[in-house]
Amino acid sequence: MSVIVYIESNENRVKKTSIEAAFYAAETAKLLGTEAIAIALGTHDATELANLGNVGITKVLHDANTKFDQFDTRAITKAIVAASTSVNADVVVVSYNQNGKAIAPRVSVRMKAGMVAGATALPNTSAGFIVRKNVFSGKAMANVQILTEKKVIALTPNTLQKVVGVNTATIEAFSTGVSDADFTTVIKSVEKVTGTVSLTEAELVVSGGRGLKGPENWGPIEELAREMGAATACSRPVADVDWRPHHEHVGQTGFTIRPNLYIAAGISGAIQHLAGVNGSKVIVVINTDIEAPFFKAADYGVVGDAASVLPKLVEAYKKFKAASH
Amino acid sequence: MKILVPISKVPDTTAKIAFTDGNTKFATDNVTFILNPTDEWYALVRALEIVEKEGGTVTVIHQGVADSEQFIRKALAIGATDAVRIDAEATDAYQVAHNIYEYAKDKSFDLVITGKETIDYNGTQIGGMIAEMMDISYVTLASRLDIENGKAVVARDIEGGKEIVEIPLPCVIAAQKGMAEQRIPNMKGIMGARTKSLTVVASAGEALTTISSFELAPQKTACKMVLPEDMDELVRLLHEEAKVI
Ligand SMILES: Cc1cc2nc3c(=O)[nH]c(=O)nc-3n(C[C@H](O)[C@H](O)[C@H](O)COP(=O)(O)OP(=O)(O)OC[C@H]3O[C@@H](n4cnc5c(N)ncnc54)[C@H](O)[C@@H]3O)c2cc1C
Ligand SMILES: Nc1ncnc2c1ncn2[C@@H]1O[C@H](COP(=O)(O)O)[C@@H](O)[C@H]1O
Repeated sequence: MSVIVYIESNENRVKKTSIEAAFYAAETAKLLGTEAIAIALGTHDATELANLGNVGITKVLHDANTKFDQFDTRAITKAIVAASTSVNADVVVVSYNQNGKAIAPRVSVRMKAGMVAGATALPNTSAGFIVRKNVFSGKAMANVQILTEKKVIALTPNTLQKVVGVNTATIEAFSTGVSDADFTTVIKSVEKVTGTVSLTEAELVVSGGRGLKGPENWGPIEELAREMGAATACSRPVADVDWRPHHEHVGQTGFTIRPNLYIAAGISGAIQHLAGVNGSKVIVVINTDIEAPFFKAADYGVVGDAASVLPKLVEAYKKFKAASH
Repeated sequence: MKILVPISKVPDTTAKIAFTDGNTKFATDNVTFILNPTDEWYALVRALEIVEKEGGTVTVIHQGVADSEQFIRKALAIGATDAVRIDAEATDAYQVAHNIYEYAKDKSFDLVITGKETIDYNGTQIGGMIAEMMDISYVTLASRLDIENGKAVVARDIEGGKEIVEIPLPCVIAAQKGMAEQRIPNMKGIMGARTKSLTVVASAGEALTTISSFELAPQKTACKMVLPEDMDELVRLLHEEAKVI
């Protein structure tokens, strides 16, 4: 028996969401009294893979076939299942990020393994195998019992506090046996913003809504995000009118995020918006209207005009940063 | 083009969430159900648009008991050609996917378009499961879908942007915002829906998971107010008290 975790890299660095999934896999392995092994496909940096030892991975199976660099859900599923079979894995862990959402259900079927989509806690193994997840857009949690011997867990990003040690994972070249004919996805183009923090991985997020009045007023949001190393987000109407790009839209119809800190300026806090952000550990709301529903979901509130509050917050943060370095 | 669109019904987002039977069941009293938004607005409408251009049929399929038929009728009123209901309460994603697969496997659909996720159990599972059962390509979080030279050209979300990919047909696509615009059924559609075919089939799917209990999300304690002039204080609180910066 073992626990296996699917690892992704981006520009030669293992994704933060994958490191979290690896830590989750290692902790689950401890609960089951076994070891956690990683499967990495395509191009990866060897040192980065070896560093997965820091979060408890003992061994990394690496199939360096560069065909895997094109994201093909069918081929990757076959590869993960081949690796799982070879190490006799009972539990497969993937991140519940954009790619993991596509992969996990396929792996679940291929292994006939019950799946939990969007786990928010380690499994409870005291009576069966129960994993917690959010339901009803974050308004409640369900404890899902997996009834099968094999299990697939897709882990919500930013769920666990990682404990990092100093260990090196061994890397083993591995052939998943996936043939060229299995790759049927052709990537035609990629439109990607580089040099900014990705929203799904971000620990800190600064977000704006219609209360900012126009795209020209996003300067302080972007400056604050840059200073803090935060990602930027927005409410849906703001993306709908193209004040901001669609990939920043959070909420029921956009992304669900769970950063440590979510700063919302000029956002009313409609239930559909909250659905995407109510898992945030700490929420700061800046709004002119003390009756705005968002204050009920907030930890810290500022009643004021975002146009003047945000620049003050940028200054205050810069001062804090200067003093603490 | 023969398209299958799995549709689900969910509690309206504003519904009050409560549980009964020792927190093991969702309390449906006084809850208004709706067609799952991504299924209705994006998956179904894009399927109709493709068929309007290329010719073909759009079949909607739903697993649920008889009182869900009003939602199936709504999908027919919006424009679906015909409908199938799998006669069982949906209990887990694998079970629903398996039932849809059993219905679809010998009917040579060119495309299966699901919604991105149901807003009640928030899974993003069923589309990928159907794709694996059929052993065909799958793209989720899709905000654009075109049929070009007999292939599907799809925009999907990646971290910080989008990727445009081309995959062969048949395939499964899970649709989200951006793919189409909501359509409101008109009178003609509503009248026409009454006579469209709705087939009921039995469920054979098995569940691999079960929900053992629910809990409401913990309530936030009162929000601490900070004066708009005093952003130094906010930064201090975030650092010293909340410890997030
Ligand atoms: C099915 C469905 C799905 C949806 N999905 C989403 C979703 O995924 N994400 C999402 O965000 N929305 C979603 N919505 C829309 C949602 O209901 C709200 O309409 C939306 O979130 C409102 O955006 P907003 O807060 O930016 O704008 P508004 O509601 O217009 O609020 C603006 C806020 O700014 C405040 N304000 C005004 N001036 C200032 C100022 N100078 N300084 C500070 N504050 C100011 C106002 O007091 C107000 O609270 C969805 C709706 C539906 C029906
Ligand atoms: N009971 C159901 N019957 C038919 N299709 C469903 C059902 N539940 C979910 N689906 C489809 O599967 C998609 C993803 O659902 P889920 O995996 O539960 O998030 C939905 O958007 C629907 O298109």
